[in-house]
Amino acid sequence: MTSQRTKVLAVVAALVAIAIVIPSTNSFVILLATRALAFAILVMSLDILLGYTGLPSLGQAAYLGVGAYLTAILATRYQFGLGYDFWLVILLGMLGGAALAAVFGLLAMRATGVYFLMITLALGQCVWGLAYRWNSLTGGDNGINLRVRPQFGLNLANEVTFFYLVLGFFAVSLLAMYVLVRSPFGRSLAGIRERELRMQILGYNTWLHKYIAFIIAGAFGGLSGVLWAHTAGIVSPENLVLTTSVDALLMAVLGGAGTLVGGVIGAFIVFGLREYLSTVVPWWQYVLGGVYVLTILYLPTGLMGIPARIRQRRARSKEAIEETKLASVPS
Amino acid sequence: MKHSIRRRLGSGLAAGGVALAASTAAMGQGQELRIGYVAPITGIFAQQGKDMVDGFQFYLDEVKNDFGGAKVQFIVEDEQGKPDTAVTKAKKLILQDKIHILVGGLLATTGYALAPVSTADKTVYVVPIAAADDLTQRDLAKYPYMVRTGWSSSQPSHPFGQWACEQGYKKIVTIGADYAFGHEVVGGFQRAFEACGGQIIQKIWPPLGAQDFGPFIPTIKQDADAIFSLMVGPMSLRFPKQLAASGNKKPVIGGGTSYDEFVLPSMGDEVLGHVSVLQYSAALDTPSNAEFVKRYRAKYGKVPSYYSESNYTTAQMIHKVIADNKGQFPGQEEFVKQLASLKIDTIRGPVSIDDMRNPVQNIYIKKVEKKKMFGYDKNELWNTVIKTYPNVNQFGQFKKDEFLASPVYSRDFPPCKHCN
Repeated sequence: MTSQRTKVLAVVAALVAIAIVIPSTNSFVILLATRALAFAILVMSLDILLGYTGLPSLGQAAYLGVGAYLTAILATRYQFGLGYDFWLVILLGMLGGAALAAVFGLLAMRATGVYFLMITLALGQCVWGLAYRWNSLTGGDNGINLRVRPQFGLNLANEVTFFYLVLGFFAVSLLAMYVLVRSPFGRSLAGIRERELRMQILGYNTWLHKYIAFIIAGAFGGLSGVLWAHTAGIVSPENLVLTTSVDALLMAVLGGAGTLVGGVIGAFIVFGLREYLSTVVPWWQYVLGGVYVLTILYLPTGLMGIPARIRQRRARSKEAIEETKLASVPS
Repeated sequence: MKHSIRRRLGSGLAAGGVALAASTAAMGQGQELRIGYVAPITGIFAQQGKDMVDGFQFYLDEVKNDFGGAKVQFIVEDEQGKPDTAVTKAKKLILQDKIHILVGGLLATTGYALAPVSTADKTVYVVPIAAADDLTQRDLAKYPYMVRTGWSSSQPSHPFGQWACEQGYKKIVTIGADYAFGHEVVGGFQRAFEACGGQIIQKIWPPLGAQDFGPFIPTIKQDADAIFSLMVGPMSLRFPKQLAASGNKKPVIGGGTSYDEFVLPSMGDEVLGHVSVLQYSAALDTPSNAEFVKRYRAKYGKVPSYYSESNYTTAQMIHKVIADNKGQFPGQEEFVKQLASLKIDTIRGPVSIDDMRNPVQNIYIKKVEKKKMFGYDKNELWNTVIKTYPNVNQFGQFKKDEFLASPVYSRDFPPCKHCN
């Protein structure tokens, strides 16, 4: 399908463009871009649930938290993960996220729709509470400081090098998730999103499909957490708080749920508005709020849905023209 | 392709780095001094953030932004009370605005987040408010560019414990916000009080931001001689009211933030006679403080809180160092060295910085009274100073080595030996 190939080429071109343009701007923009990319992995993991399986989760920050705290505790307490074992920590972060999702999934999969939203919210808050109160492990509200970035042949203290590393992880995650959603498994998820009952009648074990999707989302959330810990240099309960999960949800919706890259666009826009605009004007929150409201009112399919809407409108106007032509031809 | 870009960027960054180093070390008449300030301007701590910025700005306005010949450019960024945002804004200030000095941060978390940034980017970080003990104790070596000009959480508590013994209190119940700052203030008090023969018989920890103290107040043991409370923000307003409503007759004492001028004007008669401790009180009856309070109130419509005073004094201290260098910024390491060896008379009294870069200053025991002060014609609530402990450092009456060898104050340290 040529349209699919064009889409893929467009995404690759965009990634290359980012890789070239961002490092030539100033350090602050590089910092923001690195953060946006690390967080975008979380947003994409949420998109798998929200956009592809139809499960709106308000607790994804918990998996980011697991990955981040795991990284921080291993690095500061056990001096682990600061050399080549960084790659091991990546793996552990993903496993940690997946394990937590496996446990939470058993509880959350009992519900759908709004109730699913509420359960994931509550579970996310449980993890936040743990991070906040388990002082001896997590340092409580003081958080944990990661003083150095890992050294394994690359000088990650250099912001540009680190940016490339995060971009690399992002690209690989995007590719992995793309393969996932285009696979038969991913197609089944889309089917569940459209009409779960029909899928069940067709003989699919929808519960298992959703559960696996939940675990995969948790794994990528963990990955995002590991990268976030090193990007920000500090892990605190603030990373797990409800607003972080809400941010991820809003970014996914803003960019376009069900499109994977929509999440990235949403992440860049929100980070850009929030961090950059807030240094320029004090009323940035109005702008951000306005963007959210307008998106939900006029662009429920998000920014990525714009081309489709334009096509729809063009098709509709073409139909209208055809109809008037037919009507004007004397029969 | 990537390698050549990296090499070009590498040399570009190196050139930029050299230029930056050269500019920061540049010596020029009437140099521009860029001070970056990080505070919560939005979010739940916005009011404290405003006081912080106002305090600093008030000093700048008084000297017309002139620090001994250097023109001060004051850049304020909003950290929203979140450590991640604080780090982002600090990086923006350092990397994009090329500030010389970073100041600010409200919460302990913010202090812990910004201190490593100062080390990584070799920029001096002056801490007027964030009180986390370990920043200038067990973690000091990690932050060579950080100097604290405010206080450490347990600093006022040490003399206060002594004072409590002198009042004849034998058994005290503590009730404090359940987070690191609360643990440290209460912990310092407990250590000092038990060292002079007192007993803490119960420690209650309402969560930070608790609105309803119903589950906690009835559990207060009846054989206590007094209640020590550590409240912050809206908790400071609500707790005394609810305690009074429960029919409490015991004397109430507390940490400085429980009765700071930040909340005092909104409080009522329920806090009359309550005693607290801090390195500042707006009711400090000295000519310089009287002037400060009257001028600040005339400009901002409210009595200065310790948030305002601490930043005013910090600006004054930075001014002194720059003025001593004839209006030039002496470079990061030199500035830290000079600021850390400063001795100066300020609104709150004489302040010097100890060898662990924390202030040594007067600690005031203050009691809430309703009266007229400084020529104002209305009866208002003021924190009258009833005792002054001079030259108190962050270890108080305890030996520095013993202090550092024991763990940082936490929920479980010092252990509650008399809680049965």
